[in-house]
Amino acid sequence: MSKKEILNKNQIDTILNRLACQLLENHAFLKNTILIGLQPRGVFLLDKLTEILLNKHGINDVNYGKLDITFFRDDFRRLDKQLTANFSKMNISVEGKKIILIDDVLYTGRSIRSALTAIDTFGRPIKIELLVLIDRRYSRELPIQPDYVGIQVDTIQNDKVVVEWEGTKKSDSIYLIKDL
Amino acid sequence: MNHKKLSVNHLLGIKYLNISDVNLIFETADFFKELINRPIKKVPTLRDITIANLFFENSTRTKLSFELAQKRLSADIINFSASQSSIKKGETLIDTVKNILAMKVDMIVIRHPNPGTANFLSKNIDSCVINAGDGTHEHPTQALLDAYSLKEKFSNLENRNILIVGDIMHSRVALSNIFLLKMLGANVKLCAPRSLIPHHIESLGVSFESDFKKAIKWCDAVNMLRVQNERMNQNYFPSIHEYKNLYGLNLSLLKSINRNIVILHPGPINRGVEITSDVADSEHSIILDQVQNGVAVRMAIIYLLASKIIVPK
Repeated sequence: MSKKEILNKNQIDTILNRLACQLLENHAFLKNTILIGLQPRGVFLLDKLTEILLNKHGINDVNYGKLDITFFRDDFRRLDKQLTANFSKMNISVEGKKIILIDDVLYTGRSIRSALTAIDTFGRPIKIELLVLIDRRYSRELPIQPDYVGIQVDTIQNDKVVVEWEGTKKSDSIYLIKDL
Repeated sequence: MNHKKLSVNHLLGIKYLNISDVNLIFETADFFKELINRPIKKVPTLRDITIANLFFENSTRTKLSFELAQKRLSADIINFSASQSSIKKGETLIDTVKNILAMKVDMIVIRHPNPGTANFLSKNIDSCVINAGDGTHEHPTQALLDAYSLKEKFSNLENRNILIVGDIMHSRVALSNIFLLKMLGANVKLCAPRSLIPHHIESLGVSFESDFKKAIKWCDAVNMLRVQNERMNQNYFPSIHEYKNLYGLNLSLLKSINRNIVILHPGPINRGVEITSDVADSEHSIILDQVQNGVAVRMAIIYLLASKIIVPK
């Protein structure tokens, strides 16, 4: 097994700043937009982005939510382990709003498909976009593509991409683990 | 929540569950409670599961609650009631159920007047069984939703004083509640005419008090049970009027204890007998919370049991 760092803290900071700027550029200072982090790991990325939007761009009224997709997944009864749920925290209506789904890694696309179904239980948004930090190219099982990408990495099925965030780990860092 | 699974493949009674199972059901119910308060209350999780609701006894709340829970989870359901079935033509229970299972049903929810029916079925059929009440034996989902509702009020039931009043003798709700409340560390006291208390009930670790006015001063919460006339084949007390006077909960009695207590009732209520309307509808009552929590708790139970049904390859 080999573990290689593909992004360090400085590189991640640069990418997050760029993603925040892209969101502001496309969404008119996020007035009619809700950022939604997917539980559990997309929420770390959501927190980082809202922090940048506040500290570097002075936007203190970002609408955001945290969405759990456990009961919308398509692999129920198909895994050995019990699926683990988290709480959704959606204190805002999505009806008529623009939504940006946020997750750390886009792999097969199945989580995002589940999120698209889950978000419907809170109303009908006028538009949904997808922001991911890592896009694992050539791994998709569904026709789903991101609108905002940190970086693209080429991986095969047995590879793992691990995103570590300061707070839970020593520092922000992203690793590619290959099963040799 | 960890990657935990229930230790059982059926829900036959509280006495077959352990504390980890109960905690897992409550944790999962928390998620479903949030979900059923969304504008769209349905999840696709159980879209490939078929459930048969077999009710050999009358039911309003439990049947509707199970049906709603199943529909919220997107399961396909078929409903069966004994009065409109081939049972009347002499078919045995096992034949009826096997015929239903031949239609590729994954899960059975059964209510039956005979104690032990759910256990019997679970041993004789290849399907997941949920006991929705078997005679005077157990009603596990009711006990779970009662305890879940109490936990919402008290957060922890350890050393809480819970009083169960009424027809303990014929109540499956009482037995399941005793098992579960004791498991959660509560102190349980029963209160009823001695004729409505089963012999040796103290062996379950509960105490008994025949004086309701004394007992209610002791409790943090009281569960008022209905007098089950339909299961009585003799007179257990002189008159309903006397029962109401000695064991009915009314507003003046509630005010006399000078303390806030939580009032539960599993329904259906006989207003004016075991509880007066002003008490049933008061701020102390969590009767409607019990009904709402019933859907979330049953969703959790069905979800957790369904996760153990193997997908055919």
